[in-house]
Amino acid sequence: MQSNAAMEYDYSIVKLFMWTTVIFGFVGMLIGVLIAAQLAYPELNYLLGEYGTFSRLRPLHTNVVVYGFTLSAVWASFYYSAQRVLKVSIAESKFLMILTKVHFYLYFVAAAALVVTLLMGITASKEYAQMEWPLDIVIVLIWVIWGVAMFGLIGIRREKSLYISMWYYIACFLGVAMLYLFNNMAVPTYFFSGGLGSIMHSVSMYAGTNDAMVQWWWGHNAVAFVFTVPIIAMIYYFLPKESGQAVYSYKLSLLSFWGLMCVYLWAGGHHLLWSTVPDWVQTMASIFSVILILPSWGSAINMLLTMKGEWNQLTENPLIKLMVLASTFYMLSTLEGPIQAVKSVNAIAHFTDWIPGHVHDGVLGWVGFMAFAAVMHMAPRVFKREIYSKSLLDAQFWVQTIGIVLYFASMWIAGITQGMMWRAVDEYGNLMYSFIDTVSVLHPYYVIRTLGGLLYFVGMVMFAYNFYKTATSGRKLETEPQFKSPMA
Amino acid sequence: MFHWLEKNPFLFAVVVFLVIAFAGIVTILPNFAQSAQPIKGLKPYTVLELAGKEVYKKDNCLSCHSQLIRPFKSETDRYGQYSLSGEYAYDRPFLWGSKRTGPDLHRVGNYRTTDWHENHMWDPKSVVPDSIMPAYKHHFTNIADIETAYAEAVVVKNVFNTPYGDEIAEGKDAYNKHFDATILPEAKKITANMKKADIKAMVEAGNIPEIVALIAYMNRLK
Repeated sequence: MQSNAAMEYDYSIVKLFMWTTVIFGFVGMLIGVLIAAQLAYPELNYLLGEYGTFSRLRPLHTNVVVYGFTLSAVWASFYYSAQRVLKVSIAESKFLMILTKVHFYLYFVAAAALVVTLLMGITASKEYAQMEWPLDIVIVLIWVIWGVAMFGLIGIRREKSLYISMWYYIACFLGVAMLYLFNNMAVPTYFFSGGLGSIMHSVSMYAGTNDAMVQWWWGHNAVAFVFTVPIIAMIYYFLPKESGQAVYSYKLSLLSFWGLMCVYLWAGGHHLLWSTVPDWVQTMASIFSVILILPSWGSAINMLLTMKGEWNQLTENPLIKLMVLASTFYMLSTLEGPIQAVKSVNAIAHFTDWIPGHVHDGVLGWVGFMAFAAVMHMAPRVFKREIYSKSLLDAQFWVQTIGIVLYFASMWIAGITQGMMWRAVDEYGNLMYSFIDTVSVLHPYYVIRTLGGLLYFVGMVMFAYNFYKTATSGRKLETEPQFKSPMA
Repeated sequence: MFHWLEKNPFLFAVVVFLVIAFAGIVTILPNFAQSAQPIKGLKPYTVLELAGKEVYKKDNCLSCHSQLIRPFKSETDRYGQYSLSGEYAYDRPFLWGSKRTGPDLHRVGNYRTTDWHENHMWDPKSVVPDSIMPAYKHHFTNIADIETAYAEAVVVKNVFNTPYGDEIAEGKDAYNKHFDATILPEAKKITANMKKADIKAMVEAGNIPEIVALIAYMNRLK
């Protein structure tokens, strides 16, 4: 990557997505803290009447952090780094300028509609695909627009060879497109019943076991193509850029990329172990899940080794700290996942709090930290201002790291405790505990988890404030910083 | 080695797509037809039960309750016979859930009664003192969307060949007829076992509250 002081890039779209990253992050994590608290203190279910119960808010939490916070960060990063690695400015094409704005505003409208419909309880009820059919159509449209913008930029590029990040963005686009379309296949009931009932309602084209297979083919790979693939794209761009180090190994990145593509999709069945899907699917999913450690660790190790000889930066630059810990959490979480996918472990872990625990060490540690680092790396270059406060960024790092540790440690213990209690039998072979015993015992862990989540949210507020101050009143920069982001 | 591919974005995209699509085809297709088969004697959901299933979805019961009994002794002891694929043949969408903050419900109809559900949904702590489940008092005032449930029955009958009789047909007239002849009497059978007078009065007046539909659905889960 050579520097490109001569080229001017257009950041109008990047700025918009950076702001929504902050806004959706704040909202999504706030709801997260509330629903975590509801499990510890059920009276909190009644703050908003019908609309404030855990059950209504839980999909809102997941959707806002996945499609609001994460996708905003991904798109901000994409529009920022794609211009740079392809050596082309969006402003060179009027069509792309308009298209990217349409992308953003349509996305914002869809996000608002998502919040309203989920609060109203209008839901297709498939996890991470709750949106009903009219919204699905808007989402497909948004996705197509992104694809056109991506391949439009690629079409007018000056740098012929695609940088590693672009591989992952392309994979993200294709993977989500395919999975989303197939999983959301449904028949709107209004049009096929002679105009009866709600126009929003639809019925899935798949039933029972097949529906479960298609859903977790999606559910698992939504994690792959939203929480993994584009985040890897981000770290492959931002870590070398922030540290001034070249990516450790091209061959390792090649191996990891194609490895991930070849293996990830096979592992979806591990969400359905011991269910009614065919046995061979379960076994195969288990095996592929373990194989998945290889390409996952390949990327993470490639990133860590990129810092070789430059580990002093870890003490000097909070952004490097965020990204190195993100890689580390990625390793933790991609080792934990395969362990849970072993059938005997899954028998205990499935349906327990260990699963949300696993999800959160991935999303809080890996996705969240990478998103914060990416936004803060872009901010000085986009707003041409110094980062408002280094010490605030440092404090955020530690507050959130402690939060994550409290979160996953409590959920590990809670999950294994409950899993073991469900199956515990006395000397005569009778079940030892009634179900409610296995709920009451979790109270302290739910309190600790809430505290962990709260700390992470406090860090999010610190981040939002830091970002706002950077964008509006950070010290003006004359020239674009080369590597390390300047911070006061 | 792969440099040529990285200079051809279109070809690159095609290769990525083939690699990721392949897995889906191999995993999902082979058993697709077989997995769609119902077990012998499985009846499709009545319209009232479908309306109850919509309440179950609307308030997202599946975020805390599974409907999947795994083949372990500890689970069959607690919940009954382990779940079979064919039992779900009319479940669109499937409602297995992925988290048991509360117990499994796949056979809840075997061991809970209308009366139990009425008390429990109004105030879970009155039945299970340590319960962390929220009360769903709005189920006792919101009117269930029976017409949409009927529309769903019509669609699954016409599009997916779910074996309903001639009483499930397109249009308002067919719906009104079915409502008076079948749905309302079924709701009254449930309110006969409930004690809240206002619920009984609502159903008498032809308005079925969500709780009645939900209980119809829960009682069906066996």
